[in-house]
Amino acid sequence: MKSERFLVEVKREFCKGCGVCSLLCPMGVISMEFSDAKRIAVPSHQERCTGCRYCEEICPDFAISIKRGI
Amino acid sequence: MTNGDRKRMQDLILVERFPHIFCPGCGNGVVLKATYEAISTMDREFVFLGGIGCSARIATYFRGDVIRGAHGRALPIATGIKSIRPDVDVIVFTGDGDASAIGGNHLIHSARRNLDVTVVCVNNFVYGMTGGQVAPTTPKGKKTSTTPEGNEERPFDISKLVLAAGASYVARWTVLQFKPLVRSIRRGIETKGFSFIEVLSPCPVGFGRRNDMSIEELWAMYRDLSRGEEIEIGEISRRGET
Repeated sequence: MKSERFLVEVKREFCKGCGVCSLLCPMGVISMEFSDAKRIAVPSHQERCTGCRYCEEICPDFAISIKRGI
Repeated sequence: MTNGDRKRMQDLILVERFPHIFCPGCGNGVVLKATYEAISTMDREFVFLGGIGCSARIATYFRGDVIRGAHGRALPIATGIKSIRPDVDVIVFTGDGDASAIGGNHLIHSARRNLDVTVVCVNNFVYGMTGGQVAPTTPKGKKTSTTPEGNEERPFDISKLVLAAGASYVARWTVLQFKPLVRSIRRGIETKGFSFIEVLSPCPVGFGRRNDMSIEELWAMYRDLSRGEEIEIGEISRRGET
């Protein structure tokens, strides 16, 4: 059974790297990584996302948006 | 109201000013987002007010009428607006220092008069903007820049204070409880009379750093607070609901 896919998008210019999304995501979709001298949220396990949108609600910097994938 | 009537974020919030001024891990952004969610489905005219403090800067990110007054004096401005234009809805953004310390008298007397405004009070347990000094809401034993050995005094319970002063609608949530917070802000706007929504919000710089907490540890502490075991969480009074 393959359920619906969701696409987690992180706006690089908005993300301040606080790590709240990776702490609170119940499925462990998002992890924090260093890139170009900046700590940033990276959706490293997109396939686990159930589309609860909690990270989108809780991100203090308006950086995360969830889109329905194919 | 159907989803089609929902106003877009760029119509209500100055998204071109993003990324906003708040520190990494600050809860003010969530309060801004929750207020947008609450008013996006409401067809009303709003005036956004703020005093002084980090939380008052939330008001400046709204597209529309915004006034920032003197420290703690947002509610007197709200009184003036409501007496001239009773038809507009006033939302006041205030912090724990702004509302309960320097503006404490304005807060209790606005509640006593049951002024028809909605107050969103962002409580971070500390004076965040001015450098993390002890606030009337700092829990006992917590360290701040002016109490390096830990606070010895008892804290205020602002929600209970406002309720005792006569407010119609009083609710308290943490920033992690996004959906109840949105519902409470909407109910607060719909309520005739003084509505007070207290939001417990993390301050990683003023509060977390002094108590040796990382952003993650601080947000985990607020996740524990959301259970309501230490501080009462939820809708504390709904007596003015229409």
